[in-house]
Amino acid sequence: MIQLEHVTKTYPKASRPSLDEVSVGIEKGEFVFFIGPSGSGKSTIIKLLLHEVHPNKGRVHVNGRDVTAMRSWKIPAFRRQIGCVFQDFRLLPNRTAYENVAFALEVIGKTKAVARRVVPEVLELVGLGGKEHRYPHELSGGEQQRVAVARAFVNRPLILLADEPTGNLDPDTSIEIMRLLDRINRTGTTVVMVTHDSNIVNQMRRRVIEIESGRIVRDQARGVYG
Amino acid sequence: MRLKYVMSEVMVGLWRNVTMTVAMIITMAVSLTMLGASGLIYTQVKDMKAYYYDKIEVAIFLKPDITDDQRTSLEGALKADPLVREVIYESKDEAFKKFQTMFSDVPAVVDAVKPGQLPESFRVGLKNPEEYQAVREAYVSKDGVDQIIDQRNLLEKIFNILGAVQTMALVAASVMAVAALLLVGNTIQVAAYSKRREVAVMKLVGASNWFIQAPFVLEAVVAGVLGSIIGFGALALGKVLLLDGSLQELTDLLTPLSWSKVLIMLPLMALAGTLVSSITAWVTLRFYLRV
Repeated sequence: MIQLEHVTKTYPKASRPSLDEVSVGIEKGEFVFFIGPSGSGKSTIIKLLLHEVHPNKGRVHVNGRDVTAMRSWKIPAFRRQIGCVFQDFRLLPNRTAYENVAFALEVIGKTKAVARRVVPEVLELVGLGGKEHRYPHELSGGEQQRVAVARAFVNRPLILLADEPTGNLDPDTSIEIMRLLDRINRTGTTVVMVTHDSNIVNQMRRRVIEIESGRIVRDQARGVYG
Repeated sequence: MRLKYVMSEVMVGLWRNVTMTVAMIITMAVSLTMLGASGLIYTQVKDMKAYYYDKIEVAIFLKPDITDDQRTSLEGALKADPLVREVIYESKDEAFKKFQTMFSDVPAVVDAVKPGQLPESFRVGLKNPEEYQAVREAYVSKDGVDQIIDQRNLLEKIFNILGAVQTMALVAASVMAVAALLLVGNTIQVAAYSKRREVAVMKLVGASNWFIQAPFVLEAVVAGVLGSIIGFGALALGKVLLLDGSLQELTDLLTPLSWSKVLIMLPLMALAGTLVSSITAWVTLRFYLRV
């Protein structure tokens, strides 16, 4: 599903590469943690998969397609197959939970009728039934992240990328979000999560890939934070 | 649905920043009015040249003491000249009759001139009115020639004035166009900034580039079209109030400016306004949206 081959990424003006000759493969339906200290290069992986940054060397394959060679006008269609969740939620403050999710559908050309059918369904799935018409500031942090997950998942993407999704949440709420991601993973969606939350990694017991100074130092099935 | 979304985004965008929108429309309108005016002057001068150059002639006035031989040889030389299209001899009597009809409404002037006082002349039409100087050099020192007058000289002065006005209008149009350009760029930047969250989400979920950019570009285009309509209104008002109004007498001297010519300026101005604003918007977005 995801294949990185000898990927090196050095940002302009950086003294050393963020990712240095990284090779890793992720199968369909896997749940993978990328862990490591701040600045280790783990967030760069998310950006590479989204085609937000280009590697200096190496190839990135997602869902059988070479992302590095992709023409820029094909990127939007490519991103529709990937859902994405961030630490800061990235919700639109002047739209309700329903509207935030519906917006993601409408801007890729889905009709309002489709939105009316699938948005309540996905909000129910993430546990926000009854709170569709609340604005982000009327929701708790955990609930806001649920809206973000609903938005990422409403298109039934093949891959869900999560960049420190629990970074702004307290431990109990974090665990609830993790249960949600786990449920999404059980529907067959590949989940790639970048985190430095050791509690969560230790509880989930999923594949752990540890990165340090741009290199993979550990790749362990059913791993712990260590 | 998507069209409705884009259009409502455009209206919201224009309204959110209404002072800037008004400034954008006004500068665009002034610039396009100047452009339209200079376009009108250009076609007008072209028409006038075509109209008058056919009719103007070089007048070769003859000395009172010219002999018949001199006159005959002069006429022969003119008729054989490859530069000359036609030669008409005007006798003293004909000159006097012409004078009488020209000043028929001023009897005092007519009375002051006796038949035979006005000189006889050859009225020479040139194949190419621009070659006046060659004709003048060939004939000015011939025996019996008093003086040679080119009617084109007078017209040239008018054309030069109109040309200068046209250049001024073009300069004003370009200066205002630069101001309009900067305003469009700034408006787009402000719009892109105020919608940065929406744009970030749209990019994230894979909205197509045209869908992200269209509302911004259309915002500028709507302003450009409104500007061109206002500019056209100003041009039409100028025709009614100036050319057909206070400058009526000047207009009569020149060839009349028809409404059809003014109307042609509307699509031209709209096209110019649309192109300038959309290209500026698009280029600005390349830098500030990075889609």
